[in-house]
Order: sequence, then C-alpha cells, then structure tokens
Amino acid sequence: MKYLDEYRDAEAARRLADRIARAGTRPWTIMEVCGGQTHAIVRFGIDELLPPTITLVHGPGCPVCVTPVELIDQAIEIAGRPNVVLASFGDMLRVPGTNEDLLAVKARGGDVRMVYSPMDALALARANPAREVVFFAVGFETTAPANAMAVAEAHRHRVSNFSILVSHVLVPPAIEAIVSSPQRRVQGFLAAGHVCTVMGSGEYEPLARKYRVPIVITGFEPLDILDGVCRCIQQLEEGRAEVENAYARAVRAEGNRPAQALIADVFRIVHRRWRGIGEIPRSGLALSERYAGFDAQVRFGVAGRATEESSECVSGLVLQGLRKPQECPAFGARCTPDHPLGATMVSAEGACAAYYRYRRFSEASHA
Amino acid sequence: MREEVASSCPVPKVDSERIRLAHGGGGRLMHGLLEKLILPAFRNPLLDQRHDGAVFDVPGRVAFTTDSYVVRPIFFPGGDIGKLAVHGTINDLAMCGARPVALSAAFILEEGFSIEDFHRVIDSMRVAAGDVPIATGDTKVVDRGKGDGIYVTTAGVGVVDHSLAINPAGVRPGDAVLVSGDLGRHGIAVLAQREGLSFETTIESDTAPLWDAVSELLRAGISIHCLRDLTRGGLSSALVEIAEAAGVSIGMDECAIPVSEEVAGACEILGLDPFYVANEGRFVCFVPATEAERSLAVLRSTRVAHGAVLAGRVAEGPRGRVTVKSRIGALRILDMLSGEQLPRIC
Repeated sequence: MKYLDEYRDAEAARRLADRIARAGTRPWTIMEVCGGQTHAIVRFGIDELLPPTITLVHGPGCPVCVTPVELIDQAIEIAGRPNVVLASFGDMLRVPGTNEDLLAVKARGGDVRMVYSPMDALALARANPAREVVFFAVGFETTAPANAMAVAEAHRHRVSNFSILVSHVLVPPAIEAIVSSPQRRVQGFLAAGHVCTVMGSGEYEPLARKYRVPIVITGFEPLDILDGVCRCIQQLEEGRAEVENAYARAVRAEGNRPAQALIADVFRIVHRRWRGIGEIPRSGLALSERYAGFDAQVRFGVAGRATEESSECVSGLVLQGLRKPQECPAFGARCTPDHPLGATMVSAEGACAAYYRYRRFSEASHA
Repeated sequence: MREEVASSCPVPKVDSERIRLAHGGGGRLMHGLLEKLILPAFRNPLLDQRHDGAVFDVPGRVAFTTDSYVVRPIFFPGGDIGKLAVHGTINDLAMCGARPVALSAAFILEEGFSIEDFHRVIDSMRVAAGDVPIATGDTKVVDRGKGDGIYVTTAGVGVVDHSLAINPAGVRPGDAVLVSGDLGRHGIAVLAQREGLSFETTIESDTAPLWDAVSELLRAGISIHCLRDLTRGGLSSALVEIAEAAGVSIGMDECAIPVSEEVAGACEILGLDPFYVANEGRFVCFVPATEAERSLAVLRSTRVAHGAVLAGRVAEGPRGRVTVKSRIGALRILDMLSGEQLPRIC
C-alpha cells in the first residue's frame, strides 16, 4: 500500500539496522515514549534487528494505561446511573477499575457504547436529548483537539445533555519526570510523532538542554523507528543533546496552530495523577472555566474519590522504563489480556499486552 | 402508496407488512407465512413431505454440525444473515471433509420485523444453498424489543465418502500450511456498514461455500491432514487452536499472506490486525509438504480459492506456538484473540 509499504521494506530496514550497529560503540538505553511505537516495535520485531548493546524501554505514552483507577471507577459509577449513555474508545471498556470494568456495567444493563470519535458521542447526545451522554475523554495531545472540538460544538449548539469525563495527559511533563528521576536509566528519547504533529517540537527544546538528553521526534512505521533510533544513537555517540525531527513528513516545528488554539480555549493545564506513576505537576488537562459546565465529574458529583492500585501490578515501573513486562512475576500467569491486573495488559498499546501478544515465547524463539 | 409498492415488488403479499406475534403462534398467520413465503422458496422433496422432520438415507460416515447467526446489520456488502447461515454450515461440514446433503433452518423473528426483509433473507438462503436441500425448519416470534430483528440457526448433515481423518490430530511436523485467499474482507465489510465508515471502494464480504474447493482436493487424491475455516478470531485464532490441539508449533510468513489494499488500509485506520479479522469464505489447509504444490494448483483452479498461497510450515513443539516472520524479517507471536475485536459479525 502506498505510503505504508515503503516504510516496511525489509531491505531498507536491514540497511538502517547495519548503520545503527556501526554507529554504536557503547551500550545505550533509549525510550520510545508512545504506546503506538511500542506496539510497532513488538509487532514487527524491530528490536530484534538492533545490536544487543542497544536497549529500547517502553514509555508512558499509552493513554489507557496511565488513566488513574479512580477515573475508571468514576466512569463506572456514572455508567451505572439510570438515563446515562457512557461512550468511550474500545480499549477503555476493558480496563479494570477497583472492582470491575465498564463491560461489567454494560452486562448489568448500563448503556455503555464504543465510539470511534468524540463527535460520535456528541451525535448520540443530539439524537437522545432526554438522556445524559458522557464521553470518557482520555488521551495525550493527539486526541485533545478532537475532544476539545466536541465540547466547543456542544457549547455552540447548546447541547446540554453532553458532558465529558476528562483524563487528558501531556507528554513533556512525563518526559521531565522520567529524566529527573534519581533512578533514571534512559539516555535518549524517541518522542511521539503524532503528539508533535499537534504541538510541534518547541516544547522539547528546554528539556533537551536542561537534562542534556537527545529527543528525536519519531514516526510509527518500522523504518521511522529505526531511523529515530539511528539518529538518537548518533547524537549520543557524538555527545549531542538536541531535538531532532525524524518525522518531517507529518511534523512541523510550530505544530498545528488552530488545534493548539482549540485546546487552549477548551482546556486548562492542571496537576494530574498517572496510573502507576503518581502525580506529575502540570501534566494534564481539565476543562477551562468557560466550558466547566461540560465537566461530567461536576455534573454527576463524582470528583475527588481516590482509590488504591492493585499492589501486585508493577505497571508504574513498566511505564517509567524501570521494568520490562516479562520481569513481573504475574506476567502471563496471574495477569493476561483476559484477566488483566493493570491497564498495561489491556490496551494494544500497553507494553505488557504487546509483549504477551507477540513475545510470550521469545526465549524459545531465540533458542 | 402501499398498493403501488406491493404491485411493483416481487415479494408475495402476505397478511401484513410486518411480523406479528401470531406469525409464530401456530395458527393461520403462521400457516400463511409458511405457505406463501418459506415453502415455495425452499421447495424440495424432503421439505414437501410437510412432516415434523425430514427422513432420508445417508450412506456411510456422517458429519453433523450446527451454528447460530446474529450478525448486525442483517444486510451488508457482499451478503446477508441468510447467506452467512447457509455458507457457514456448509463450510463447517466441508472442513470435516463432508459433502453437505441436507440443512435445517430455524428463525427467531422479532415482532415488527419487516416481512419484505424476511423474504430477502429467505431468498438469499435459497440461492446460497444451491443443490443442498433445506429439509426442515422452524419459526418463532418474540416480543418487540426482545430480539434484534432476526436470528437464524442452521444445522447440517454431510457425508464423508473418503477414508481420510481430517482433523487437528492429523497435523504433522513438516506439513505445509495453505491459506485459501486474502484475509479480512468479511469483518471489515460488516464493520464499515455498521459504523457508517466509507472507504474509496466498497469492501465486500468474502462469504462463500467452500465445499467445491475441498471436493476438488479430495478428487485430486490430496491427503488432507486438517482444514479450518477462518471465521471469528481470524487466521490467528484458527492456527493457535490447531497448534494446541495437534501439539505442534506453526511458523507463518507474513509476506506470503495476501491482504487486499482496501482491507489493509481499513485495518490501519481502525487499528485492527488483518490476522484477527473475521472471514466467511477462507480456510487454512494442512497437507504433507510433498503435496503442497499440487494442492495449490488444485485450489487455484477453483473459484473460491483461486488466491490460495503456501503461507507456513508446521514444526515440532513447543505446543501451541504460532510465530509469523514479520515484513522486516523478525519473528513475532500470533496469539488467540482476547476479548472481542468486533462485536456480532456472524
């Protein structure tokens, strides 16, 4: 397929892998920030092409994985109320809350629906004016514009039975939390290409300078990722720490200005808790004052309830690149995609699910 | 207005436009539905006996199977619930190496369901069944809101007139794994129709009866070890099930497995993996490696399997392991589908 097959070419992949092997003289640890990149790495076996001195660790860029358990519990509570339609992206429905997931609410009679876009949820609200339609708005900067658009449209057309449960998070504060941690292992980052399509590359310059860390904006196809790794290794070997754009076919330095304006209008920056990681200052979005009336937490009075994580799940360590999925004792035994203990085992972008799906026998396959 | 529609429509006029509870009640309305709609469409000597069941002779070993169909929407590009119900049961028999000899059809209709739509489903089943008689059946009606328009259950009896044991236990290390054509058309066609997603070209379901292809393999004297149609869960789930049941591992080559550009594009957009998307007219065939080329030639001469490819090999354990060599040459695991990739596709 055009614009896809070119980026999956086996011969070109091998050439890039050779170039990486020649460039690297020392061991390096690189984090791919985005769950979409993790999925591609494991699905195509990209890391198997890399020399053993290069370690890829998987970052926190899986929106479903980092949504705090209390938000899921709140969604479950809202979905269980009469006259409510709770709409969400598919992955979110299977993430375990404290006691159950949203599919369990659906099985009990709750009206829980999978949608492909927040605009579909808004359309549901307009088609069902006598019911409350709540969209579970999760994601990074990539999904923020569409979610903002749904709220702005609801506001413009006075759709009063629509609201959103917001769990939006931002990439740069998460990178800062990882590089400033005393346990830091990561020496370079592959930044999430699609996030930068919206936000541009400017936000990463101060991080690269302050923490002396290369940040390479990277796409999602095998050749994109290998190219990102190659550029990151070259920077590390040469002692450079720059923001580099390896996804120029989608990302401009200034990003998408109208999308940024929409986000700035509808949302405001807040401190946010990340599942498994804890609170990161100024790392999330909440509705701005102008649109506060669309906040489902307020409308349904579910704000401020905190809940505890399963103590066995180490997804926080996985999301910070401190642990590989298969190093968890529960992996593949007590924790599987059918019975996940944590969100990283649910989403296709979650590192644990990706490893389970594509890597369970990896010891054997190398034997 | 009503009269005009009725007069220009080939649908035989029955007592009302929509299914009523009484259509399943055993009385006059039900009798009318049978006489005017179902019996004329399915007409065959077994059904014409008008008995509680069909009585017929079957020589030798028999295969027997049943399946229920709840697909939404009922009509989708390339097919409908009726066609699916007939093909599905014929295919389950074919995968046992059995020639289908008779089918049953049972309908659960929701009060208010359009009789014209019911007629379309029945007619589509008549065409799909071809020479295979729909020999017996049943119709029930449930209250409005208690069903989803129409559910169809079919069962089938087939004759095994060869001495091969076609099942997972027959799979041997070294066997060639053939895939009968490109993947994912059915799942994407249904999803696109249901969610109102449109692509540049309409993707049609691949629903098709597979017995002709299997019968050609048998006629050519191929020692088929195992057959499996790739329905829900797609190629991945079928291979994992067989690898587990046979106690072997299977290695596939992603580059060898065809996926049409339209399906590949839709999968990229929707975040689906074509190896997990449902098919209704594709199957995987395990044969001795020495017979692989000949099997491919036979399959490629048939209409439903003209796109057949050699896509993998069976190896000794570890039991249940299915790997695929990715496009860039690295190995990955294929696992069974967890949860539902798409709801209600068949």
